Amino acid sequence: MKGIAVSTTVNGDAVEFVCDARETLLDVLRNHLGLTGAKEGCGTGDCGACSVLLDGQLVCSCLVLGAEVEGREIETVEGMADGDRLHPLQKRFLEHAALQCGVCTPGFLVAAKALLERNSNPSESEIRYALAGNLCRCTGYDKIVHAVHAAAGDLRRQQKARKKRKAAG
Amino acid sequence: MAAADTDRRRIRGGVGEAVPHDSAHLHVAGEATYTDDIIEPRGLLHLAVGMSSKAHARVRRLDLDAVRASPGVVDVMTAADIPGENNCGPVVHDDPILAPGLVEYAGQALFAVAARTYEQARRAARLAVVEYEELEAVLDPLTALAKGSFVLPSETLARGDSRAAIDAAPRRLAGRTRVGGQDHFYLEGQVAMAVPREGGDLYVHSSTQHPGEVQLLVARAIGREAKDVVVECRRMGGGFGGKESQPALIACIAALMAQRSGLPCKLRLDRDDDMLMTGKRHDFVIDYEVGFDDTGRIEGIEFMFAARCGMSADLSGAINDRTMFHCDNAYYLPNVTIVSHRCKTNTVSNTAFRGFGGPQGMYAIEYVIDEIARTLGRDPLDVRRRNFYGTGERDVTPYLQKLEDNVLDEIVDELATTADYAARREEIRLYNASSPVLKRGIALTPVKFGISFTATHLNQAGALVNVYTDGTVHLNHGGTEMGQGLFTKVAQVVAEELSIDLDRIKITASDTSKVPNASATAASAGSDLNGKAAQAAARKIRKRLVRFAARHFGVARDDVRFERNRLRVNGQLIPWEELVRLAWFNRVALSATGYYRTPRINYDRKTFSGRPFFYFAYGAAVSEVIVDTLTGEHRLLRVDILHDCGASLNPAIDLGQVEGGFVQGAGWLTSEELCWSERGELTTHAPSTYKIPTSSDLAPDFRVRMLESGRNREKTIYRSKAVGEPPLMLALSVFHAIRDALSDGRGRPALHAPATPEAVLLAATGGGHD
Repeated sequence: MKGIAVSTTVNGDAVEFVCDARETLLDVLRNHLGLTGAKEGCGTGDCGACSVLLDGQLVCSCLVLGAEVEGREIETVEGMADGDRLHPLQKRFLEHAALQCGVCTPGFLVAAKALLERNSNPSESEIRYALAGNLCRCTGYDKIVHAVHAAAGDLRRQQKARKKRKAAG
Repeated sequence: MAAADTDRRRIRGGVGEAVPHDSAHLHVAGEATYTDDIIEPRGLLHLAVGMSSKAHARVRRLDLDAVRASPGVVDVMTAADIPGENNCGPVVHDDPILAPGLVEYAGQALFAVAARTYEQARRAARLAVVEYEELEAVLDPLTALAKGSFVLPSETLARGDSRAAIDAAPRRLAGRTRVGGQDHFYLEGQVAMAVPREGGDLYVHSSTQHPGEVQLLVARAIGREAKDVVVECRRMGGGFGGKESQPALIACIAALMAQRSGLPCKLRLDRDDDMLMTGKRHDFVIDYEVGFDDTGRIEGIEFMFAARCGMSADLSGAINDRTMFHCDNAYYLPNVTIVSHRCKTNTVSNTAFRGFGGPQGMYAIEYVIDEIARTLGRDPLDVRRRNFYGTGERDVTPYLQKLEDNVLDEIVDELATTADYAARREEIRLYNASSPVLKRGIALTPVKFGISFTATHLNQAGALVNVYTDGTVHLNHGGTEMGQGLFTKVAQVVAEELSIDLDRIKITASDTSKVPNASATAASAGSDLNGKAAQAAARKIRKRLVRFAARHFGVARDDVRFERNRLRVNGQLIPWEELVRLAWFNRVALSATGYYRTPRINYDRKTFSGRPFFYFAYGAAVSEVIVDTLTGEHRLLRVDILHDCGASLNPAIDLGQVEGGFVQGAGWLTSEELCWSERGELTTHAPSTYKIPTSSDLAPDFRVRMLESGRNREKTIYRSKAVGEPPLMLALSVFHAIRDALSDGRGRPALHAPATPEAVLLAATGGGHD
């Protein structure tokens, strides 16, 4: 079977890979690019464990073909931290003990990032519904929701501080 | 001493501190390595399993030519190719790895395929041509009961004269209820990778709660011995009991194929295959007859439990024993007869699941109590209190263990007050009076859960602590990490014992070559057992260091004191790493094993009597729901939980167990429904059709607290209490709040578990069956 050559951007880096036409983006990330943060929980787009951003849009990478991502931008959990500096969502998940086994965590972080980019000040109820496509079997969700709520506040404060600095010149 | 000075002297990450899960920083970075994430060795083959499509049949012909010819396929294996024992059953050897000509459930493994890629293996596995001669299939526990089809003999536990007590009681009730099963839905499916080593040895990475059992079963299957196989598990992506016995099947197939091919082999089950092929929580049919007085106090009770065990014994013996041990829950039953049938059905063999039969027993008695209350028109909480175990009287369980640590009244009184139960019940009554369609309901239910493996010999554990010359520590024990935080808690114990900061300790993968013969991480006993074993190992080293320092510095042992990361010897301060280096230089052993066996337990299974449990864990929950009686939909409005974790080793982790357990229990009782076709095929085998709770199902008002006075009366590890399983059963309050809403102060709703919207609607419109 002939492979398909694909050029794309993953977490800001230009990446090229050759994949089979039937391979999913999840297969490509895990098996070709060594990015195993996204997990296969169901393989049918129902659990959210494989969530990544595709051109800023939240997708289940098990439902996207590798060949589809030519020329597009992919963000995964591995790209969330800025070097050693954790993203506020990651920090708050740590602080709030918003994880147990950790398999759903990457998907939740990516989905929460997508939510906060769309809505910087979500209510608790908006968070609950926005994350309802991500299954967690361990935590009972409450700590996750609170962590996302707290991170939203951090991000708003960061934004404000940035604006202030800009205004000050 | 100034407060700041005290703080400086306290180690970081000691016992009782809410430190994050040891892998949390890896989890949030996507860097935590689960079995499927391990870098694949050169030449790895991917495996897939060909499953039976029939529930009960003889295999007339198994034609695998098309499978072999499929692209990428390297090898195909059937039962005939197994060199050793074709069994992965943990207790009774009745669980074939690959079906040897007779299939006993739809989904049973018939053959295995090895191919170059995962996709190729899975595609090939579908190409087999199988001819079956179908046999009569037993598909539910009642049919099995009628036919006398059992995986193990039925058991009876009787105390007092239940028949006479029921006959003499002023009031009587009899009925039948059902409680559904549950899929574990660990987010990480079953997976194992077997890697050949020299001389035919195997190294097996298995996502398992019981590496030692996988080791033995793999060794027997490949015709070798335990010494030839090492099993390792750094972490699982959830277990919940589903990785106690079930991983053996996966690991055995991977191991057999690795032995045949001489290449590393990985078997990872796709979600649908996982749900079809592996066992679940047992569903039960429960008959009861109860005699009680006008206040609702039980005078005599009889239970008949018929459990769907599936096609083999698996752990069903101990699970059903635990059902018998927990159908008292928090209530004194003076005259009781419990009959337990372990029904053999042509469905997947059911297995351990958080609570291990206990939840179904508690479901039974809570159902009966609710029925009594609704018959008498009393508040169910009053009837519950009427029947609570006492202190000094009415305190002996049906299995003759005396309750020595009863905190039921304390917990329930405090929770009823903080949750404002009485006022809210009145407010709900008023609301319902003026709301014909939407009905609210509230319930408070208690939990008393026995801690220890009921099989006494399993209550033992080992640990290994190595101290290196730079002062860092390698910790290993027989427990496994499935997200519950066991590794973190045990490391906190070792940090405390050695008076060093937690970050100096490396927590390492469960490994059968480091700590042998470990019991499964199960029965909530992980911290109790492994914490104590690790404590014993750390204390040995500490003792050696004290003895050495006293000798070396020429002081009495009492003059040697451990402070944070250092030793104080008569005013002189020696940093920990310096002490360790000195000790090594002076030839002091810096490695130790630790061992622990739970004291005070003894139990005679023949008479169902003794002290099976070291102690009990207690808790209680109040749930409030709103039900739409025209659609059957229901929402959880508010939950208040008060749970006894003893003196918690790590409150953040324990709180996570309480919250997560509750929500998992709520799923079991309200949204998760396993359905089988009339041919015995499981039809709910993916998250599209099998609904575990999501974040949008959560109560908007969720108040969880630990009992502040919590402290284990028994000498457990730092007086903590086990917390893995007990909180699951707090969710019985959700089920009973729904019943309360449906009852609306009148009558007994015909609602059984799971209370799915469909079941609630049927009960609301009088279509439910009793």
